[in-house]
Amino acid sequence: MLGFIIKRVLGMIPSLAAISVLAFIVIQLPPGDFVTTLVAQAAEAGDTIDDAKMAVLRQRYGVGDPILVQYFRWIGGILQGDFGYSFEWNQPVSQLVWERMGMTSLMSFITLMFIWAIALPIGIYSAVNKYSFGDYAATLFGFIGMATPNFLLAIVLMYISTIWFGNSVGGLFSPEYVKADWSLAKIWDFAKHIWIPVLVLGTAGTAALIRVMRANLLDELNKPYVEAARAKGLPEVKLILAYPVRVAINPFISTVGWVLPTLISGELIVSTVLNLPTAGPLLLQALKSQDMFLAGAFLLMIGALVLIGTLLSDILLAIIDPRIRLS
Amino acid sequence: MNNRKKPILQVKNLSVDFPIHKQTIKAVQDVSFDLYAGETLCVVGESGSGKSVTARAILQLIVNPGKIMQGELLFESLEGAVDIAQLDKKGKQIRKIRGNEIAMIFQEPMTSLSPVHTIGHQLVEAILLHNDISKAEAKSQAAELLRRVKIPNPEQALNSYSFEFSGGMRQRAMIAMALSCKPKVLIADEPTTALDVTTQAEILDLIAELQKDEEMAVLFITHDMGVVAQIADRVMVMYRGQKIEDGLVQQVLEQPKEAYTKALLNSVLKLETPPMHAKPDAKPKTIIDVKDLKLQFSSGGGLFKKPTLVVKAIDGVNLTINEGERLGIVGESGSGKTTLGRSLLGIYPPNEGVINYTRKTGEIIQIEKANKATLKSIYGEMRMIFQDPHSSLNPRMTIFETIAEPLRANTDMSMAQMRDRVQFLLEKVGMPSEVANRYPHAFSGGQRQRICIARAIALNPRVIIADEPTSALDVSLRHQVLDLMLNLQKEFGIAYIFISHDISVVRYFCDRVAVMEKGKIVEIGDVAQICDAPQHPYTQKLISSVPRPDLKYRKKPLLQTTMAYGDV
Repeated sequence: MLGFIIKRVLGMIPSLAAISVLAFIVIQLPPGDFVTTLVAQAAEAGDTIDDAKMAVLRQRYGVGDPILVQYFRWIGGILQGDFGYSFEWNQPVSQLVWERMGMTSLMSFITLMFIWAIALPIGIYSAVNKYSFGDYAATLFGFIGMATPNFLLAIVLMYISTIWFGNSVGGLFSPEYVKADWSLAKIWDFAKHIWIPVLVLGTAGTAALIRVMRANLLDELNKPYVEAARAKGLPEVKLILAYPVRVAINPFISTVGWVLPTLISGELIVSTVLNLPTAGPLLLQALKSQDMFLAGAFLLMIGALVLIGTLLSDILLAIIDPRIRLS
Repeated sequence: MNNRKKPILQVKNLSVDFPIHKQTIKAVQDVSFDLYAGETLCVVGESGSGKSVTARAILQLIVNPGKIMQGELLFESLEGAVDIAQLDKKGKQIRKIRGNEIAMIFQEPMTSLSPVHTIGHQLVEAILLHNDISKAEAKSQAAELLRRVKIPNPEQALNSYSFEFSGGMRQRAMIAMALSCKPKVLIADEPTTALDVTTQAEILDLIAELQKDEEMAVLFITHDMGVVAQIADRVMVMYRGQKIEDGLVQQVLEQPKEAYTKALLNSVLKLETPPMHAKPDAKPKTIIDVKDLKLQFSSGGGLFKKPTLVVKAIDGVNLTINEGERLGIVGESGSGKTTLGRSLLGIYPPNEGVINYTRKTGEIIQIEKANKATLKSIYGEMRMIFQDPHSSLNPRMTIFETIAEPLRANTDMSMAQMRDRVQFLLEKVGMPSEVANRYPHAFSGGQRQRICIARAIALNPRVIIADEPTSALDVSLRHQVLDLMLNLQKEFGIAYIFISHDISVVRYFCDRVAVMEKGKIVEIGDVAQICDAPQHPYTQKLISSVPRPDLKYRKKPLLQTTMAYGDV
């Protein structure tokens, strides 16, 4: 088992390297650089920046160097724990990134748990009661959730939350708690806010997982081992949970690999609408202004988050399924 | 010798329907029989005869949309007589009977055990369901059960997963599970069909031994008349959901009353009497000559790691196939017979050795070195027939397209020529030519295998490699397909390489037999010599394990009269 985990962790290194290259290329793709953004901003303010000053700025930010030099300077810094400097915020990137990435990870994790908690029982119910009213109702509910645009649902829920429950609009905390230290009251306040993005992101993801679970379980329900277990005299509910669900849950768990990326990219829109202090809005802003190091750090860390999620699901699979563990 | 009068289970006028779409399939119609303690009642019939449905009805295990329409299933349970037909399928009462008083073992030991639970977990669960004992006690009972079904290292086996066991071991574990609560009735649904003959013999012995110890009634479902002759006390014959006849085994096998039973037995016995085998030519022309062929499969290796597991699938095989002969290759699963057949076609490249193929023109080609184009031209002369006619035909191609495909790929026939050729081929395999425009799903297994044969002979091949071509067919169809292959040989002079695990089929069909064990040919010779006077110990074991449908080979004593049960 330990060997398996070590092997998977080592396997992540080339993936991370590839992600860093891709992230860097994506950031460099649009024409211009951060200095062009500065020039544009200055022009809006009625100011002008002459060529000499631009060259000085370019040199200061290091954006005039050849791309390879820039990439290795960036990645070399990261290996030493230095994520570079945000041009726009005039702060080291690491100061900006950690808290927001923490919020993003937490929100993605809660949402994933929420999706699993909803999709698993509904999927099982739908499979066992195939073509029943409940099956159709659950499917309908799931697809409506998938088809409703996230931003719309976010606005509606925000309205409900404000008008009916009197919570503050947007953000993850009420204003009085934003700067406060963690306490039970702050956690409760957090819970009052987090359900909106979790629900918005969750409803988009449950439909697919309900269908995955339903289809997996339908394949397993007619397997001979289920009949053999029934012939032993097992009660039906225990039988279904202990045997076919145990086997059918494998593909369900490995969906982490594609659920996490959709959650994180969905988070970008939802967080912008709800004004959440997560990575999404800041990443969007950094990309728009070509704040290279900040955007790069976010992209890299989001990639790492997905890899870690996949790793965790692989480990979970190995624990659950002896066929994976032993071969 | 046996004077218990009351049957332990009485099935009276049982009918089971499966309403599918708008029509109703009457799977079981008005079937009645009794089962007594200590006896073995064999239920025989072809696929679709309703024998499995009958067995499942006894445990209320019929899957949706099947339904018991009428009849009684009177069972002498520990808590008095009950009519199982009246019990709720998911209720407590039937669950108390399942596994506890009536246990069942299934056909597929590969898939009847959960792949994600240990053998021990599944056994202990079965014991705890019906016994009020501690988990530790249940565990030691489980180990004891595994010892009784002769699984080596039972304590260790408890922690093993089913996929770590061979088919025979899994079926032993299934039997251990079925016996865990000392049931009064054991229902065995084709428990040995998926196993090798030697394993089958061991499992049958095991069931008989345990049955004797526990005075258990066994309802044994099978389509194999050989098994019936060896183990049955009484026999019930089913056909299309109805009981055709029943009686003592010697009555049914030797003096069948009904025409269907006679026909069924005839088709079995026909395989016992081989047709005239052609005398080998004094100077046979060799078509395929295999010299010292070796082939290994390895697994578990990585980019920088040596493979951890090397399987010698073929380990030094020498073999010649002559023009117009029928060579059988027999062996248990895993003996390498299928691999050998495929490597003759160049599908698996061998590690060592030579496969020389002599073409019609006399040109000799080394198959293991041949390039794709050469192989393709040889495939017109060497064809293959597969085991499962249900999956070896493309469901989206019409019969015409299927049979014409090799013609299209290898010849430049026009459409009209192909139409004529397909019509001719269909006629040859005994199918009406109107079927050409239909799709495979419209045909039964036997008909599909005929279509596969038509496809195989489309290019006038010289050699056909047939991999278990009759294993998936009902016994009444087997000799028909074999006779068809024999007739085609007479007409077209085809040589057959006939791969099979079924000795009776090989005895019927082949001139020469090669016996394979662990990738080696241990014995090769004339069919009569191999089957009647085998020399190698492995061949002897293989031949003696085959249950013969003839009571004179039976070891178990026969019951003399049904009077012993107190009824007439």
